Amino acid sequence: MSAIQVVDLTKTYGDLRAVDAVSLEVAEGEFVGILGPNGAGKTTLLEMVEGLRKPDGGTATVLGLPVWPRNAELLPRIGVQLQASAFFERLTAREQLHTFAALYAVPSAEADSWLERVGLSDKADTRVEDLSGGQAQRLSIACALVHDPEVVFLDEPTAALDPQARRNLWDLLSGLNHSGRTVVLTTHYMDEAEVLCDRVAIMDAGRILQVDSPAALIRRLDAPARITVAPGAVGLEEARAIAAVDDARESVDGVVLTTRDPAHVVARLAERDQLDGVRVHTGTLEDVFLDLTGREYRA
Amino acid sequence: MSSSRTAFAAMSVAIFKGFLRDKGAVFFALVFPLMFLVLFGGIFSDQDQSKVELIQVGEVALVDDLPAGADEAFAETFDVTTSDDLAAALEQVRKGDADVAIEQRGDELIAHYTQTEQVKAAITQGTLRAFVDATNVAQLAAQTGEQPPYSFEAVSVEDDSLTAIQLVTPGLLGWAVAMSASFGAAATLQGWRQSKLLRRLQLSPVSTSTLVGARIAVTIAVALIQMAIFLGLGAAAFGLTLTGAWWMAIPTLVVGTLCFMAIGLLAGAIAKTTEGAVNMANFFVLPMAFLSGSFFPLDAAPAWLRALSNVLPLKHLNQGMLDVMVRGEGPSAALLPIVVLAGFAIVVTAVAARLFRWDTA
Repeated sequence: MSAIQVVDLTKTYGDLRAVDAVSLEVAEGEFVGILGPNGAGKTTLLEMVEGLRKPDGGTATVLGLPVWPRNAELLPRIGVQLQASAFFERLTAREQLHTFAALYAVPSAEADSWLERVGLSDKADTRVEDLSGGQAQRLSIACALVHDPEVVFLDEPTAALDPQARRNLWDLLSGLNHSGRTVVLTTHYMDEAEVLCDRVAIMDAGRILQVDSPAALIRRLDAPARITVAPGAVGLEEARAIAAVDDARESVDGVVLTTRDPAHVVARLAERDQLDGVRVHTGTLEDVFLDLTGREYRA
Repeated sequence: MSSSRTAFAAMSVAIFKGFLRDKGAVFFALVFPLMFLVLFGGIFSDQDQSKVELIQVGEVALVDDLPAGADEAFAETFDVTTSDDLAAALEQVRKGDADVAIEQRGDELIAHYTQTEQVKAAITQGTLRAFVDATNVAQLAAQTGEQPPYSFEAVSVEDDSLTAIQLVTPGLLGWAVAMSASFGAAATLQGWRQSKLLRRLQLSPVSTSTLVGARIAVTIAVALIQMAIFLGLGAAAFGLTLTGAWWMAIPTLVVGTLCFMAIGLLAGAIAKTTEGAVNMANFFVLPMAFLSGSFFPLDAAPAWLRALSNVLPLKHLNQGMLDVMVRGEGPSAALLPIVVLAGFAIVVTAVAARLFRWDTA
């Protein structure tokens, strides 16, 4: 059974089709990322699926229940994180968590365990205004999960975090669906979607362009691999002579060989002891994105 | 306990803690108005009508032998110093250091005064003449055994204790409650919208009525705390005494609080930022406080101003509380203000609801 079913969901603001006939199905226990640049319509799509915004067309159901109009039966079964600052002012981390727990009739003692799970035990008595960006994100995720929901929506949970805080948060996020929970998150970071998500929906200009696992998306792209060796490790003519090498160029990094069979080429280079400083660069989600949208990625 | 009551309690506690920890909000709700209470009630109340400075030159039997009761009244009007040097006393009067110098020649009381302060000169003459007459009457009555045909007694229409503190406390309390109720509602609405907390709560199983109810409960609790502190401090430090139906001020204050919450909601619905919302609430409330008799009574104001003040809810809040708290009127005196305030609250809430948006964008 699918946890989320979205059919032809549409939202227009004036002339702008913010979400344009989007359909998406998410299975129970799946971790799905919606990837796209700012303004692609990710947040609008997510807000319609959460039941915050009325769609102009199409339908969205979560756990088999329609999300619009506001469905009091469904709300306790979903958890949402809108943005890190959606807190009651001037409460400490623990008070914040207790308040959200009480909204779902969850006992405070149960809520306390979440402080530890998101690594905020030592910040329990710190007011939310004094938490760092990463700590505030952890707390807002804890507030979204405190009632143990079956489906969780996270809107750009790592936006505005420094790289280290982002990676710390990934450890927390990657475990979210282990207990069979369904997770949907939006992000504009390629690496994040690649690491965390079972499937990625690439979205641009209100439309979902492709949905698949990151590996399948990259495979389908069929992009050539680039093998780089140190300058002068191999001559250009010599390199071009290797079977399966499509092209060879000099760059500031060294000699770059383009190929669709990197294993064969690396083996040939190894035979001649020409692997000095070798790096193999296969396709990434970014390449997929460029290929799909035909333009530079605007993070 | 049902889950909606748990949610209501938790939200109320969260909002109340947020208020107590907001130093600015506490200052404007309590400290700032109390500063005015101390200023108006404590300092200005001593400056009623300053006494007439009187120099008594030599023996003045009339003053020295005033009967009991009359000497008290005399001391209330005059600040007496004695001197033996008439010339020096006259010089002091001429310079304005004293208002009048009196001497007795035989049975004649002579008062030397200056015309530069005409009001005081008139009071002095009138009062001294009254004392002379009263002494004459008392002596004649003692000699003949007859009582004079007429007597005179002055009775204030208000309670004897209607001093400055009585008059300023209800108005300042009204202003304090108007500020905290409107600022609190404006800041909460804007702040929660900015932070998306409103949206977040919309996606929790808590109903809108629970959410609004918690905010109202906290605001009313704050208003009642303000009232308790105002009345407590007024009674303890400045001799405030409440009259019979003062408890009717409580429902008046509660309805007034709802009315000013509605004004705060309107400000919060119109403004784009939290600071803007609070500034706009202040823009509504501060001029209203001046025009509604919070800082000075409107009795002496021109008729058009008094007419204008009738369209201001704070005027009705102040008036209702003044009537039942210190003017000694019955419980029914607060009913009309309560109805008017409730009407304002309903109309302003309806306007705010029309202008309300869930998001800032």
